Amino acid sequence: MKKFINRVDDFLTESLAGFAAAHGDLVVLNSDPVFVRRRDLKPGKVALVSGGGSGHEPLHSGFVGYGMLDAACPGQVFTSPTPDQMMAAAKAVDTGQGVLFIVKNYSGDVMNFEMASEMSEVQNAMVLINDDVAVENSSYTTGRRGVAGTLVVEKLVGSMAESGANLDACKAFGERINKRTASMGVAFTSCTVPAAGTSTFKIGDDEIEVGVGIHGEPGRRRARMAAADAIAGELLTAIVDDLKPQAGAQLLVLVNGLGGTPLGELYLLFNSTRLWLQQRDLHVARPLVGSLTTSLEMAGASITLCVLDDEMTAHWDSPVHAPGLRWGM
Amino acid sequence: MNGKTIMACIDAAHGSLTAHTDEIALLDQQIGDGDHIFNMLRGMEALLAVRAQIEAEAFGPALELAGSKVLSTVGGSSGPLFFSLLNGMAKAAASNGMDVAGFARIFAAGVDAVGQRGKTGVGSKTLMDVLIPVARRFEELAAAGAPAAAVLDALPPLAEESMLATRDMIATKGRASFLGERSRGHIDPGARSSQLMIAAVCARLAQSS
Repeated sequence: MKKFINRVDDFLTESLAGFAAAHGDLVVLNSDPVFVRRRDLKPGKVALVSGGGSGHEPLHSGFVGYGMLDAACPGQVFTSPTPDQMMAAAKAVDTGQGVLFIVKNYSGDVMNFEMASEMSEVQNAMVLINDDVAVENSSYTTGRRGVAGTLVVEKLVGSMAESGANLDACKAFGERINKRTASMGVAFTSCTVPAAGTSTFKIGDDEIEVGVGIHGEPGRRRARMAAADAIAGELLTAIVDDLKPQAGAQLLVLVNGLGGTPLGELYLLFNSTRLWLQQRDLHVARPLVGSLTTSLEMAGASITLCVLDDEMTAHWDSPVHAPGLRWGM
Repeated sequence: MNGKTIMACIDAAHGSLTAHTDEIALLDQQIGDGDHIFNMLRGMEALLAVRAQIEAEAFGPALELAGSKVLSTVGGSSGPLFFSLLNGMAKAAASNGMDVAGFARIFAAGVDAVGQRGKTGVGSKTLMDVLIPVARRFEELAAAGAPAAAVLDALPPLAEESMLATRDMIATKGRASFLGERSRGHIDPGARSSQLMIAAVCARLAQSS
C-alpha cells in the first residue's frame, strides 16, 4: 500500500484536520463527535445534514457551504458514521426550521441515520438517495445504491432551502429529484481501504467491472476492456432504460471520476456521452465533469443523468460556494 | 453475573476476533467491502478503554453502557446491530432472573432487537442466520431444564453449523446482496464474527461456572 499516511489509525483525523484548515473560510470541524459544519449559518433556513463513509471526497464534507449542506458527518473509510455524530451535527446547525438528513441507501447508513432521526431532539426528516441503476431494486437486495446522484440532490435541495422553503417542501423536492436521477459506473482498477491495506477486489489488466458501486462492490458484470464509446453506450443504455426521458428532454449530465482517472479521460467520456445523447434527441442542458463522488484511488467513472424541469434548472444555476463545488459567487 | 462477567466476555470475544482478523477481512472483501472486522475491533477497543466503568456496573447497566459505546464508535451496519443486541439484552435484564431460563429470554430479547433494527430474519445470509437458531436452541434447552454447563456445551457447535450454512445462501440483505448469485459459495463475515464471539463467550463462561 502506497498512500500518504502517518499512522493508519490517524488517517481520517489528519485528513479532516487538513481539510478544515484548507477551507477555514467556509467550514468548521467539530472533533468529538466528528462533523463538519458551515462556518456561517443562515437563521430561518432548513438545515441540510448528510454524511456517510469517508473515501468519497469531496462528497460529503466538500459540499458543506453556501447553497448546499449545513453539515456533514464523515464515518471511517467506507463505513457509515454513527448516530451521535448525526445528532450533534443536527443540533449544531438547526436554526429552528428543522433538519433534513440526506442519506445514501446502504444498510449501515440507513440504520445509523434512522436511529439518529428517532433519538434526535431536533425536528427532522430524511431523504433516501438510490440513483444507481446497476443493481435491481427488488425484494432480493437491499435496494438500489446511492451514488453520484447524491450531489445533484444536495445542490438542488440546498438551493431550495437557501430560498426559504420549509422542511416538508425540501423533503418532497429531494424525493422528486431522486426519482428523476439515475447513475451507473464502471471500474478499471480496485481500491485499497487504508485499514485493510490490500485491494478490495482483484481485476485483470484487460478487465472492467460494469456497474461497480462506490465501495468497489461488484456490479452487473465483469467485461473485457472496450472503447470509451462502447462503455459510455452501455452505461447510458442502462440509465436511459431506467429513467425513460422523453425525446427532447433537458438533462443534467454528470461525468464523475472515481478517483484514479485523469480529467482528460473524463472529458473524453463526456464527449462520448454527449454524442450518444445527441443521437437520441436528448439535450445536455447542464454538464458537470469532475471527480466529485470518488472511491479512493479507483480508476473508472460513473455517468449520472437527471431530467430537469425549469424549477430544478433554476436551483442548479443558483450560486454555490463549498470546498468542492463553486459557481455564481 | 455482573459487570465483571460482561467484561470477561468482551475480553474473550475481543481475543477471538483479533485472532481471526485476516480471515474475516478476506471473507468481507469477497462479498462486502472489507470494513466489518475493523469496525468490530474499533468497537471492542472502545469497550476495553472503559473497562473500569463496565466492571463497576451491575449486569443490565453494564450491557447498556457497552451498547451505547458500541453505537458511538462502530458505525456501519455492525454499530446499530450490536447496539440493538446489547441494549435489547439490557432492557430484558430488568425483568428476568439470573438463571438459565432468564438468560435464555434475555438473549432472545437481544436477538429480537437486532432483527427489528435490521429488518431481517433467517435465510438472508447475515449474522441473523447464527443468532436466531442459537437463541431458539437456548430457549429450548432452558425449557427442558438443562443446566448451564450443558447449554454452554451445546450452543457453540450449533453456531458453527449455522455459520457454515451461510456459505450456500444467496445474500438478500446488506452490501453482499448486490452480488446476487455471486454471493453463493462464501461464508457471511457477520455470521462468522458472531459465531466466533458466541464460541468465545460460552468457553469463558464455562470456565467460571
